[in-house]
Amino acid sequence: MFEVTQATEVYSTIEIAKGDVAAGEQAADFVVERTFRVGLQEQLYIEPQGAIAYPYRETGNGKRETGVTVVGSLQCPYYVHRALKRALALTDEQAVVIQAETGGGFGGKEEYPSIVAIHAALLACKAGWPVRLIYDRHEDLAATTKRHPGVISHRTAVKKDGTLLSQDIYIVLDGGAYCTLTPVVLSRAAIHAAGAYSCPNVRIRARAVATNTPPNGAFRGFGAPQSLFAAELMVEHVAERLGMSSVDLRRKWMLRVGDTTATGQNLTESVSAELVLDAALRAVAPNRLTAQPPIRHGRGLSLVFHGSGFTGSGERKLSGTVAVAGLANGTFQILTASTEIGQGTKTIFCQLAADALGVGLDKVVLAPQDTSLVPDSGPTVASRTAMIVGRLIQEAATELRDRAKREPLPLRVEKTYVQPDSIHWDEATYRGDAYPVYAWACTIADVDVDMTTGEVRVTDVVTAVDCGKALHPVMAEGQIEGGSLQAVGWATIEEIKMKDGGYQNDRLATYLIPTALDAPRIRTILVENPYSRGPFGAKGIGELPMDGPAPAIIAAIHDATGVWLDEVPATPEKVLAACTSR
Amino acid sequence: MHFTLNGRAVSFEGAGSRRLLDVLREDLRQTGTKEGCGEGECGACSVLIDGEVVNSCLVAAGQVEGCDVTTVEGLATNGGLSPLQRAFIERGAAQCGICTPGMLLAAHVLLQRTRRPNAAAVREALAGNLCRCTGYTKIIEAVLSCAT
Amino acid sequence: MRDVTYLRPRTLSEAVQLYRTTPGCRPLAGGTDLMVMLHARTLRPEPRGGAVLDLWSLAELKGVRRLGDILEVGAAEPYTGIIGSAEVQQHLPALAAAARTIGAAQIQNRGTLGGNLANASPAGDTLPVLLAYDVVVVTDRRSIPIDRFFTGYRKTALESDELITAVRFPIGRQVAFRKVGTRAAQAISKVVLAVSLTPARVAIGSVAEVPLRAHRAEAALEGGDVAGAIAAVADDIRPIDDVRSTAAYRRAVTQNVLRGLLDAFARG
Repeated sequence: MFEVTQATEVYSTIEIAKGDVAAGEQAADFVVERTFRVGLQEQLYIEPQGAIAYPYRETGNGKRETGVTVVGSLQCPYYVHRALKRALALTDEQAVVIQAETGGGFGGKEEYPSIVAIHAALLACKAGWPVRLIYDRHEDLAATTKRHPGVISHRTAVKKDGTLLSQDIYIVLDGGAYCTLTPVVLSRAAIHAAGAYSCPNVRIRARAVATNTPPNGAFRGFGAPQSLFAAELMVEHVAERLGMSSVDLRRKWMLRVGDTTATGQNLTESVSAELVLDAALRAVAPNRLTAQPPIRHGRGLSLVFHGSGFTGSGERKLSGTVAVAGLANGTFQILTASTEIGQGTKTIFCQLAADALGVGLDKVVLAPQDTSLVPDSGPTVASRTAMIVGRLIQEAATELRDRAKREPLPLRVEKTYVQPDSIHWDEATYRGDAYPVYAWACTIADVDVDMTTGEVRVTDVVTAVDCGKALHPVMAEGQIEGGSLQAVGWATIEEIKMKDGGYQNDRLATYLIPTALDAPRIRTILVENPYSRGPFGAKGIGELPMDGPAPAIIAAIHDATGVWLDEVPATPEKVLAACTSR
Repeated sequence: MHFTLNGRAVSFEGAGSRRLLDVLREDLRQTGTKEGCGEGECGACSVLIDGEVVNSCLVAAGQVEGCDVTTVEGLATNGGLSPLQRAFIERGAAQCGICTPGMLLAAHVLLQRTRRPNAAAVREALAGNLCRCTGYTKIIEAVLSCAT
Repeated sequence: MRDVTYLRPRTLSEAVQLYRTTPGCRPLAGGTDLMVMLHARTLRPEPRGGAVLDLWSLAELKGVRRLGDILEVGAAEPYTGIIGSAEVQQHLPALAAAARTIGAAQIQNRGTLGGNLANASPAGDTLPVLLAYDVVVVTDRRSIPIDRFFTGYRKTALESDELITAVRFPIGRQVAFRKVGTRAAQAISKVVLAVSLTPARVAIGSVAEVPLRAHRAEAALEGGDVAGAIAAVADDIRPIDDVRSTAAYRRAVTQNVLRGLLDAFARG
């Protein structure tokens, strides 16, 4: 079974219901229907998967005791720790996981490193020697999890004046042959499926199915890019049907303070759809109208939101813990399992702690991400690190500063996440506060399309972003720029063709990502609308930039060519075929 | 076999058909040079041979006999980072860092040959070095900031 | 790769001798194809790992030389040298243009015409240009006209112990070039074309098991029938669906790009 729409094995299903969709459709002047497809995508961290396993643990002074130590390229030390304990029947102390400097992750090193670690550990135990297991690129591409492909259908009911009456959405994601984090990915996909819009009647049905293909898993955005791609293009189709500008339609529909989302979450603060839309529109010059044949220019826009932190009760169940220690020599140590994978964890954690402690940045260091040293702060995923873990560090450091006024160093303060009473979530009905808060982005993409070859060149991407507070503006921009290009790749050239259930594009010569010559000029406008429970108002930012560019690019291709593709990647093959058959 | 690595004479044993990348990392323990693909696509293993940027995964080690090889370890002089390295840090041009050594070497060659490259020239010079974190924006800015 | 013997001749004649006497020996220039295959073990030379014959530093195989109305490019001259050659820029701009589309700086510093020819990939970026220029492939023992060089999928007219030493280009021909790949650098072509009007040459890569001369299109062009050439080229090519593109796309784009190149000629 290779075709997601025909698969009958189901991993999980979700149904979200708000109001009465049938009533909405009955009152409608138009009901617009459309189906969208999204493709596989490889994270393509430049450092492949790898781990070194030692058939012992060291307990100081070079003393070796029973256990297993794994040093690896990974995002979530405690995920690997849990996997090792289970696979090798080890105790908490016997399993030691240490993060090595990690050459990129993007979700690809969230769960997969557990497999690499177990394999290396088994070999090390058998051999009685350390074992180094590093995937070459071909192995990595052929075996590791990809972004879930899927098919998403929308029925949207509107009045002639554009009033949104109902959204009926059906999502099928392809989980592949084994269940990874697929149900959690499906959850985020479903919750974001209605887009950044307020609608009285919503039904979202989502299911993840099994196919005889390699398993799909975590990847920056975690289901939201897939469902937001469909939601954003649906705005375009409805606007076209109404003969309205899609920007005006977004303005009419978009979520504002006091509105409720599809899960019934009442948005009370830091709601920035309008802010980012206005900021992005202000930032771009009027669209170029003429181009030299056979090139045509086009421009497209998208408006998205992305839930910060774990879905629903995730953070409460996780109860992430951090510690800040004041050492006798007057320096401070942050103890957390949140990892640096290029996104700036080390820098912003030290900034937050130094600021709260009232000391210079040079006095604060991050303890090694070693499970024998640091508490479980939860995984480095879900745009939660700055907002959730950063806030805990801020609280711990603040308390340490107060205590240090009265007590002598060394001191250690631990903080564990406590879900605020105001957050309510019902896992059974999928009603309530799906996320503590949302980050917002509006992306405007400009493209050149070669009408003789179907080649799409994304020339400019401008994104206005509200992440609450950019704790380190250069790094925040870096997240937006990198995520935007990853999304440009997904939207245009990153294609995986299947053969007998395996990937044909399993080498770097065949799985292509954008080079410096392909990358558009990327401009970021940081709009800050603080969140009351984030550190200095910060919300999540890591995944948000993956959501907006793909629909903006498809809209831009339509603007250039008059053709709707409704799928990514918009390869030259598809663009040319669509333009020719028109 | 003998060659010069970052100004020092070095030698290695074994078949000249081995990859220069492996000789650098395993025999000579210069691990700044990274392996991202082993097929000349990503540029993470970029080094300079007699001042030209190449993928060290595609060079047979025997081919550098008598040559000057520069790796990222050779960019810092007298223990201090080069202006280009400092610009990468200050402008956020390195995120996860795995592409950075190769990126620095490719940019170094450009700046040696073209004192004031424009953005298009920087993009072309770096087109053989894949980065998945930055979108290249801050890398290009960092290189442009070093134009003299 | 530790079991592959590395041979480094000092002169061309020594190389020729070694190549004849070493079983399982593979010529090595910049390594951009061969090193990948050896490392991935998609190529396992026999016996016992075989040997590589390093031609990279042989002075006889380097450089760009003017020989009357011929420009001769050494088989192991890297693309960077070709791109930078004033003679190439002046007389063979299509060759420089093709070389600039190959990989990026790292590959251009190592890749060679000799390697592109010997590897004989149907997608080789320079090969349509060589066909459009009617180059002569010079070996250690003879000269082979390019239109007789490619004999099948990755097969050439070279004998098992024959080394390419140079490629000879006639000067004075106007050739236009375009490569369509997936991205702007570091891409293997979906379609690659080189076209000349006088004489009529339409050479195309990635549309058949070999780099191809489109003889029907050329015949139409010879008669000044541009529309006929564009129609006829569809019958000249034998594209397939593969990991990089589809037969339908390659067919359409071959025609569209040919039209574009011929229009550009017409505009001068």
